[in-house]
Amino acid sequence: MAKVIEGLYYSESHEFVRIEGEFGFVGITDYAQNQLGNVVYVDMPEVDDEVTAGEEFGAVESVKAASDLISPVSGTVVEVNEALEDEPELINKDAFENWVMKVKLSDPSEVESLMDAASYEKTCE
Amino acid sequence: MNNVYYGKLIFELSRPGRIGYSIPKDHTGEEGFAALPDSVLRKSPLRLPEADEQTVARHYTNMSNNNFGVDTGFYPLGSCTMKYNPKINEEMASLPAFTQLHPAQPASTAQGALALYYETQRALSEVAGMEAFTLNPFAGAHGELTGLMVIRTYHERRGDTKRTKIIVPDSAHGTNPASAAVCGLQIVEVKSTPQGTVDVEDLKPLLGDDIAGMMMTNPNTLGIFETKIPEIAKLVHECGGLMYYDGANLNPMLGVCRPGDMGFDVMHINLHKTFSTPHGGGGPGSGPVGVRKGLEDYLPNPQVVKKSDGTFAIEYGNEALGSVSPHFGNYAIIIRAYAYLLSLGRDGIARAGKLAVLNANYIKEALKSHYLLPIEGLCKHEFVFDGLRPEYGGDHHDDAHVTTLDVAKRLLDYGFHAPTIYFPLLFHEALMIEPTETESKDTLDDFITVMKKIAEEAKSDPAFVKASPHSTPVRRLDDVRAVKDAIFRFQFD
Amino acid sequence: MHRYFPHTDSDIAEMLKAVGLQKLEDLYAEVPEELKLSGELKLPESKSEAEIRKIFEELAAHNKPLTCFAGAGAYDHYTPSLIPYIASRSEFSTSYTPYQAEISQGTLMYIFEYQTLMAELTGMEVSNASMYDGSTATAEAMMMACAASKKRNKVLMSATLNPRVKDVVKTYAHFHGVDLEEVDAASNGLINREAISSKLSADDVAGLIVSQPNFFGLVEDFSGLADECHAHKTLLTINSPASTLGALKSPGEWGADIACGDAQSLGLPLNYGGPYIGYLCTSNSLIRKMPGRIVGQTVDAEGKRTFVLTMQAREQHIRREKATSNICTSQGMMCLYVAAYLSLMGPKGLREVNDNSFKAAHYLCKKLLQTGRFKLVFDAPFFNEFCLEYSGDVDGLIKKCAQEGVLAGVKIDDHKILIAATEKRTKEEIDHFVELTK
Repeated sequence: MAKVIEGLYYSESHEFVRIEGEFGFVGITDYAQNQLGNVVYVDMPEVDDEVTAGEEFGAVESVKAASDLISPVSGTVVEVNEALEDEPELINKDAFENWVMKVKLSDPSEVESLMDAASYEKTCE
Repeated sequence: MNNVYYGKLIFELSRPGRIGYSIPKDHTGEEGFAALPDSVLRKSPLRLPEADEQTVARHYTNMSNNNFGVDTGFYPLGSCTMKYNPKINEEMASLPAFTQLHPAQPASTAQGALALYYETQRALSEVAGMEAFTLNPFAGAHGELTGLMVIRTYHERRGDTKRTKIIVPDSAHGTNPASAAVCGLQIVEVKSTPQGTVDVEDLKPLLGDDIAGMMMTNPNTLGIFETKIPEIAKLVHECGGLMYYDGANLNPMLGVCRPGDMGFDVMHINLHKTFSTPHGGGGPGSGPVGVRKGLEDYLPNPQVVKKSDGTFAIEYGNEALGSVSPHFGNYAIIIRAYAYLLSLGRDGIARAGKLAVLNANYIKEALKSHYLLPIEGLCKHEFVFDGLRPEYGGDHHDDAHVTTLDVAKRLLDYGFHAPTIYFPLLFHEALMIEPTETESKDTLDDFITVMKKIAEEAKSDPAFVKASPHSTPVRRLDDVRAVKDAIFRFQFD
Repeated sequence: MHRYFPHTDSDIAEMLKAVGLQKLEDLYAEVPEELKLSGELKLPESKSEAEIRKIFEELAAHNKPLTCFAGAGAYDHYTPSLIPYIASRSEFSTSYTPYQAEISQGTLMYIFEYQTLMAELTGMEVSNASMYDGSTATAEAMMMACAASKKRNKVLMSATLNPRVKDVVKTYAHFHGVDLEEVDAASNGLINREAISSKLSADDVAGLIVSQPNFFGLVEDFSGLADECHAHKTLLTINSPASTLGALKSPGEWGADIACGDAQSLGLPLNYGGPYIGYLCTSNSLIRKMPGRIVGQTVDAEGKRTFVLTMQAREQHIRREKATSNICTSQGMMCLYVAAYLSLMGPKGLREVNDNSFKAAHYLCKKLLQTGRFKLVFDAPFFNEFCLEYSGDVDGLIKKCAQEGVLAGVKIDDHKILIAATEKRTKEEIDHFVELTK
């Protein structure tokens, strides 16, 4: 059973965003990491890149699959999770703890169109 | 295959001072390349192997013993048409009068080679129901790309510049969308019906004046003939698009039903599939592209034409889409295909497809008691199982039960190559089997027996199957480590 | 019956019965009648091996192999006997892409060796498991440069590349939507550094493609070029015939980001243009943008060193339209040719091949100039190929030589010809050719 955490926002393409003030921490959900299997590489954006809600910002690779990362929010990338460069498998260990990028949100209201934990849990059934 | 594992790399057999070559002595008395300015000369060491000829001969001979080919045993790799590769083809392709020809030599000194090119393209046109073929594309995916370039050129020349999208079924070979992307087209995916064929109702709303065309393979990747092809072709043509035929699955249609007659405008053929040229461990292939009348001028340069006096010439047409290869593609592969066309003739071609289809249906019917057949009915050259049936543990997707991967690995122990696995993506546990017409009933019966035995093993001793293969030169490999370690070359000390 | 079809009449009858059908035609019951072929294909009847042999003898009689002084991307180097002998082992030739690694270690090992050898030769960190040929490898390098830059779409290609290669690259650029700009050569036949600098300074160029030796056989000095490219965040691609890399400064030494070209010169027969093999090598940092298959080292369940296709998440069968390329081929058989060739030649043999080719070309050039009928078009040093101006008509010269069994070279225009020599050309052959031009 995939883990879902209360208080985060979720997209249909299985990304989450955790809001802290004017920033959003974006990563893939536990369900997504489980589907992918052993993550071997995370293609991350660069700091200062602009990301747009609904558009691709990177990719996650396992041995025999790859999945584009679709940003759930818009804004500017202020940090990427460099630990994933050497240890992409951290995503398998704890997907929610190991976010991919930190975004300064340009439109915080966007999260309202995302799912809460309860509705996301239903889509994973 | 011998089971003595041979694991050395040539670099580990190298001993300083040994040589394996012989070169005629220079008699010109000229200076060597050291005469060039020092700034352009190589300074870094060149760590090539140093080995005598016998060491190299044994090295590669031992390596070959760890390989499985069509000549070793049954190779039912779906979508790959692993038929027998006749040896006369090899011998004809190695005639010095062909191998020694330089691509730039005057056409007058290569009339035999050009005649062979011309006759092969005429024969393929007849087999496929097309007006003309180019044999220049190097491989199937290269043929797809070339064919899509023909389609884009057709629209461009008519000033119709807004056709930037191409329709591709969700069951298509991965090369279809990838070739379209290289060709600068956007991909629009059309869904399959539960019966595995193109959903015509899903297709209709996609059609418009931005559609360059549609790519299809028929039979499709499930081995099912798309019976609605006339309607689909009509719809696409009515919206102004062209129909592209992915010839990867042409084999079962040989002599029965031609892509040109189905309504396709542009297509490629994989000579290494349908026309028996060896797959060579992944290449070289050859992907001739055929077009219907009206599109032949767009085929890439150079083109081989027959003059009124019966001689052959090389031409560069102004209407051509450009060039996809410098010369005549993988010419020596074309030679092999021509020899095969002669060997089969019209009578053999008419029979090849039917026997391939008979073989596929025979296996399908015999194994559907043990493996899950998601789509009943006649298949063509291949068909897809969705893993083991539930009574053999096939409905469990946890780590303890036998998956398609495990079945594939266990097959290796029994001396068979595995089918294509996990493709098409429509099924979770896809196992795609294509036997080809060159396999005998005896071989198929042996395969069927083994497949049933594996299903029984999956029930009685799943852990043993999951640990397979047991008797191959090496055991199951660590895929994750290969990506993580990222070692792509020998590590010199 | 046919020798390639094992089915006896009784086999067919039993199999049809097993699938519940009466006759072979019933296997196509679902195919609409109007789509089916009426009548027979208009092709000859099946032929016996003896008949096929006759047909090929006839075709072969209309080909005239010539003593080769042509190059222009395809070089007549010697292929040691062992290579076709090894390559004809059907365990190698009748296998496919090594999807089942446990029974494909032969293919995987020679590809791993090939990758090592090409990375070594080019001085780059990593090689893919090969491309179709040098022209398509160069087109892939162009697309790779754009993909790596993410935001840029312009590529510069020096006019000094082989025109046949340029045609293919231009065709790909047109359809892929790359803004490809050809930079004219300098008057001395070398790359035009000034023009390149001025274009790079716009900071919108994803990649620059140059060639070494260039199409005219001239040896370029790329000192400072890579630094200049990198200062503008442009990737440098150097295209070379693989054999010459044993002698000339490698792309890695020049600081290139991508090395590509044709490896036909490593012992592959001329074969009227193919099959050859393209190589594409790059740095570790660009590996996920690299097209094509790649073999990596790993271990099996017992801890043995083994090899497997890896980094597949870049490829078409997984990434579909997002793949780095549509290429599915690895030119396996030709990788084996290259691996076996370089194993036999070793560092010393490759050096001698280059040395003797260089000597033969320089001797030939000197002799041709002495006839008084030729002039060197460019002054720059050349390797084993050179461009001459001929006082007569080049077509006439090529025709006359061909009648005498000699391929004089490749026509550049009515008065210019590109001539090459390899280690295979003897002094006698060269002297004979020179006589024919007088």
